[in-house]
Amino acid sequence: MIFKLAWRNIWRNRRRTFITAASILFAVMFASVMESLQRGAWNNMINNVVNFYYGYAQVHQRDYWEDKSLDLAMPLTDSLQALAANTEVVEAIVPRLESFGLASTGDQTFGVMVVGIDPEREQAFTGLADRLYEGAYLKPGDDGALLASGVADRLNLGVGDTVLLISQGYHGVNAAGKYPVRGLIDFPSPELDKQLLYLSLPTAQYFYGATGMVTTAALQIRNADALPRLKRTLSAELDTTYYAWHDWTEMMPELLEAKALDSAGNVIVYLLLYLIIAFGIFGTILMMTQERQYEFGILTSIGMRRGRLGSVIWLETVMLGIIGAVAGILVSIPIVYYLKRNPIQFSGAYATMLEQYGFEPIFPAQFDWNIFGTQALLVFIVTALLGLYPLWRISRLKPVEAMRA
Amino acid sequence: MAVITTRGITKTYNPDTIPVHALNGVDLDIEKGEFTAIVGPSGSGKTTLLNIIGGLDRPSEGKVIVGGQPIEELSENKLIDFRKDHIGFVFQAYNLIPVLTALENVEFVMLLQKRPAAERRERAMELLRAVGLEDKVNKRPSELSGGQQQRVAVARALAPKPTFILADEPTANLDSTSTAQLLDIMAELNHRESVTFLFSTHDQRVIDRARRIVTLVDGRIDEDVQQSQPATS
Ligand SMILES: Nc1ncnc2c1ncn2[C@@H]1O[C@H](COP(=O)(O)OP(=O)(O)OP(=O)(O)O)[C@@H](O)[C@H]1O
Ligand SMILES: [Mg+2]
Repeated sequence: MIFKLAWRNIWRNRRRTFITAASILFAVMFASVMESLQRGAWNNMINNVVNFYYGYAQVHQRDYWEDKSLDLAMPLTDSLQALAANTEVVEAIVPRLESFGLASTGDQTFGVMVVGIDPEREQAFTGLADRLYEGAYLKPGDDGALLASGVADRLNLGVGDTVLLISQGYHGVNAAGKYPVRGLIDFPSPELDKQLLYLSLPTAQYFYGATGMVTTAALQIRNADALPRLKRTLSAELDTTYYAWHDWTEMMPELLEAKALDSAGNVIVYLLLYLIIAFGIFGTILMMTQERQYEFGILTSIGMRRGRLGSVIWLETVMLGIIGAVAGILVSIPIVYYLKRNPIQFSGAYATMLEQYGFEPIFPAQFDWNIFGTQALLVFIVTALLGLYPLWRISRLKPVEAMRA
Repeated sequence: MAVITTRGITKTYNPDTIPVHALNGVDLDIEKGEFTAIVGPSGSGKTTLLNIIGGLDRPSEGKVIVGGQPIEELSENKLIDFRKDHIGFVFQAYNLIPVLTALENVEFVMLLQKRPAAERRERAMELLRAVGLEDKVNKRPSELSGGQQQRVAVARALAPKPTFILADEPTANLDSTSTAQLLDIMAELNHRESVTFLFSTHDQRVIDRARRIVTLVDGRIDEDVQQSQPATS
């Protein structure tokens, strides 16, 4: 009965109901679409950055991440390799042996980061071969090196020349070797461009005296959505007395911070938006309460308790909110879906920059039911709170005075 | 025992600013089954008295005892429940809930009483038949004439089987045909359901139908007469 009464009351003033519901609809639509685009953009960005080098998660020896010391390398065991075969979520294990060294031509010496890689898996993971601009990519077990263009320039080396490497190897052994330059690669990030030098994994292991060892096992997964499942798998499968794993939020905290900062800006926009909507809804409630004083007087006179009457009126407000929110979500779904299928294409300087990094300059929207759910929840909270106003009025209502008006 | 007893009722509006003494000591006993009119000039306190008897307003002084229950002892919610179970109200106009049909309006108070659906429906139909609106049960108030609305209001007031019915100028907005019809129905139901009716009016034709006429002047009972031969239509 309460429900029926509330429902019919909503449609008493159709025009007002439509206007109020429409304002909620637009707020929900605006916020959902914005949020979907924003999140989509961030996910795309994170996906790009993450797949640039680190991956969504990496496994290391337990203490490696703090020190990044070669001495904390781990053996690339079969059980570690088997993670990819045994779990659905891990698509590939990408092994790396990463350490520092001095590259030299005899008269010039320059600090570099030496990365030993499995050329094929590395290519599948980060598309390293696509960055090659001269020479050839490494073959499995290759005894040559790939140089980032910044390194090559500094040392004045070209394809076919020989680079000398010296370093401290695994547990303090002396490391030295001569490697023919097989190819030159180009990184858009100057930071990386002036320090990377790639060897094949066995060559790097031999150089550092770390046979069978790696410092890093990067985990290739399909996309960010698989990350929660990956975390569950790792928690279950990984021997944490020896290994530790880090996801991208730990490896690149500044990226997460930037995202959080951006989201915080949005929260302010949404707050303002809902504040405006709240004023609109409140206006409706105010008019409705005013107009229906007489009716409230009759209802309490004939024996309807204030609490009961109050629940009818509260329900009216909340139902109005729900109607608006549901309509808003129904309108947003196809829009967001469309923007996911047909991502917004960027152009101009920004697009060029993205392309230099090897990123596609597109921002697909993210379709996530949570986004719609959050909007619906916000509308519900706003209306549920505003709906308290008539309750307060009814609690103070004097039937005789209400009916005299 | 009297259905309604008032003793020494006074009511002063705005006691702190410009006091208006609407009632100045009203002692009244209404017995079961009465069909009584409260009359008197405008401003004599009829509405004030009915509101106080109905528990819609509190007297400044004095006692109201309804069916043996002194109503000043009731808390706010108890008083609302008391009205629901014991008092039927018919106001001047706009008595009905606009979004409910005639039938739903009549059922409404029974619903608040949590009567079973079948019983509600049966009683509401019976009363709508009694007020001659069996063909309008599914109409909303806006689709009914003023007289028809007042007849639905009478049916609704009777539905919960109240101890008595209070009607403040129930015919004030009606033409003479509708007035006569409404009075016929009230008199008939007073007789058939032996429900006590207490109503205020200015209308001589309505006064003529009452069996007892209580005249208020300046918030006091000026005259209280039984009519041995009330008019019939
Ligand atoms: N809420 C109020 N505040 C102040 N004065 C009031 C209030 N209600 C009624 N009065 C005054 O009390 C007196 C009695 O009013 P009441 O409405 O009871 O008279 P009535 O007999 O019903 O009149 P009418 O025939 O015009 O309906 C009048 O002088 C009126 O102006
Ligand atoms: Mg009056």
